[in-house]
Amino acid sequence: MTAFDLDLNNGQATLKLAGRLDMDAAESLDKELDALPEQLAGKKSVIFDFSKVDRLEPNCAFLLLESAKKLREQKVDVKFADLTPDQETLLKSLGGKDLPPPSPPPEKTFSLVGGARKVGETAIDIWHDALEIISFFGDVAISFAHIFRSPEKIRVLSTVTQIDRAGLNAVPIICLMSFLIGGIIAQQGAFQLRKFGADLYVVNMVGILVLRELGVLLAAIMFAGRSGSAYTAEIGSMKMREEIDAMRVIGLDPVEVLAVPRLVALVIALPLVTILSNLSALAGGMLVCWAYVGIPPDVFITYIETTKDITSHMFIGLVKAPFMAIIIGVIACVEGLRVGGSTESLGRQTTTSVVKSIFMVIVIDGIFATIFTALDL
Amino acid sequence: MVTRAKSKEPIIKVRGLTAGFGDKIILKDLDLDVMPGEVLGVVGASGTGKSVLLRSIIGLVPHAKGKIEVFGIDMDDPKQNIRNEVERRWGILFQHGALFSSLTVKENVQVPMREYFPHMEEDLLDELARLKISLAGLPDDACDKFPSELSGGMIKRAGIARALALDPEILFLDEPTSGLDPISAGEFDALIRNLQQTLGLTVFMVTHDLDSLATICDAIAVVGDKHVLVRGTLSDMLAFDHPWVKAYFGGPRARGIETQPRKQDKAG
Repeated sequence: MTAFDLDLNNGQATLKLAGRLDMDAAESLDKELDALPEQLAGKKSVIFDFSKVDRLEPNCAFLLLESAKKLREQKVDVKFADLTPDQETLLKSLGGKDLPPPSPPPEKTFSLVGGARKVGETAIDIWHDALEIISFFGDVAISFAHIFRSPEKIRVLSTVTQIDRAGLNAVPIICLMSFLIGGIIAQQGAFQLRKFGADLYVVNMVGILVLRELGVLLAAIMFAGRSGSAYTAEIGSMKMREEIDAMRVIGLDPVEVLAVPRLVALVIALPLVTILSNLSALAGGMLVCWAYVGIPPDVFITYIETTKDITSHMFIGLVKAPFMAIIIGVIACVEGLRVGGSTESLGRQTTTSVVKSIFMVIVIDGIFATIFTALDL
Repeated sequence: MVTRAKSKEPIIKVRGLTAGFGDKIILKDLDLDVMPGEVLGVVGASGTGKSVLLRSIIGLVPHAKGKIEVFGIDMDDPKQNIRNEVERRWGILFQHGALFSSLTVKENVQVPMREYFPHMEEDLLDELARLKISLAGLPDDACDKFPSELSGGMIKRAGIARALALDPEILFLDEPTSGLDPISAGEFDALIRNLQQTLGLTVFMVTHDLDSLATICDAIAVVGDKHVLVRGTLSDMLAFDHPWVKAYFGGPRARGIETQPRKQDKAG
């Protein structure tokens, strides 16, 4: 589709524009106007003839003006002919516009120096992260001090609601997951140990593994995914809608109102859910042992009971739970408070929150493993 | 659209519109015409359904009954491509701008262009986006800013720039001057008037701002009791006998609108 004909007869170049000059015509018009200076080939004047134009829209009008400006810079005289009054108004209003300058080209995305800088920036970010989390711990500690001084400040209702949401509502999925994992471990354990004729030890293995590590890890990871992400999103959208600022202005401390009930809820709920998670993992193991190895449930339970140090394994598992709960809650709140103005940052912070909490849960588990080994437990 | 049709055929025609949420009927048997080239201000008490009317016309709120024609095309027409054709010819400024927060202002303006003209060259896209941004009266450095870095007035202007991206014929404005100080609101009114005249737009504006009504609206429609109570000029409003209309146009905040000279059509 051509938007115009160039008539070079009679020594006078006339650009005959025709039809609807709307957004559909803009692309082809732009291309053809780019080629216009060449086509004019030294002619000293050109007339843009609008007599056949049905409709002139701002985008095309602007392109024509730009082209005329360029031609004038090349000492070509440009005249607009046969304009309707409306078209004249439009051209006049657009003609006076100075466009904002084009944006600077984006920085090179790949270079050696850029890569090194990125590493450095990330290192600094991690350091700032750590400082922020530690400072938030401080805020939480101060809030707890306030609450100890005036216990009526404790938000019972909010805490109980959070326990319900983070703890009770998570029970079915965590139990199901632990049940399956317990079963899988028992099945794999029995299969591998059978090679040594040590099938029966699968019970001890499942018992120790579940009570000491798996029960609490599974529950904590599920908490990080379920509650951690929810906390970050909640607090983040409150931040976006200036609700956090409103709280501060009213004299409420967001840490005390939002973070403390959530942290307390997690610290109470995670150990409790861990017990249930342990029990369902054992139940899964028991079922598989019964079906797969032929150990009846009552024998399974007796074996578990008589495993060496089984209670201390269980307590080691449970002791880790509150610490994991605190780190999940703190990371979720810190990331939530970091949300900026855009929806993108809300999504990013929520992802970061979950990834970081799961990572920290595993780091804490590792730290406890070293400590308990050193203590010979 | 400078070759604006001077015909008497309305550009938006609403007949017997009934709309609401669930059992709650907000608009009932509402008729409204918007003529090409006019600036229509829609007013009404909060909760009377001004925004529902606007949202019904642009298709965001489904209507239970009635017919809406835009450019003579029935908007209940099921064909998506016809709908898209119409949607291309209108631009909408939402009350809070509704800019995409993860895109810069320039990218926001380019969104409709990219959607409808996926093969357009980057240079042209860039040039046209900058044109719209300057038409909306934004400062040069606003192009590469994100919406969260803009003030309320600038967000509205960026919203206008995006609404103008495809050279629309109708501009829908939802409370364009709400949240702006009187001076910015006045400047925004002038911008709307100027754009309407130079680009030959039809403007459908939901507003509460008496100054906007007095200075830039050619016609005013009052929504109340689930339909349009009255449609006419400002003097028609002042003469109309209805308690809400009387209270609104005759109230203390309306003092002075009669004496205020209406900015006449010589801007731009």
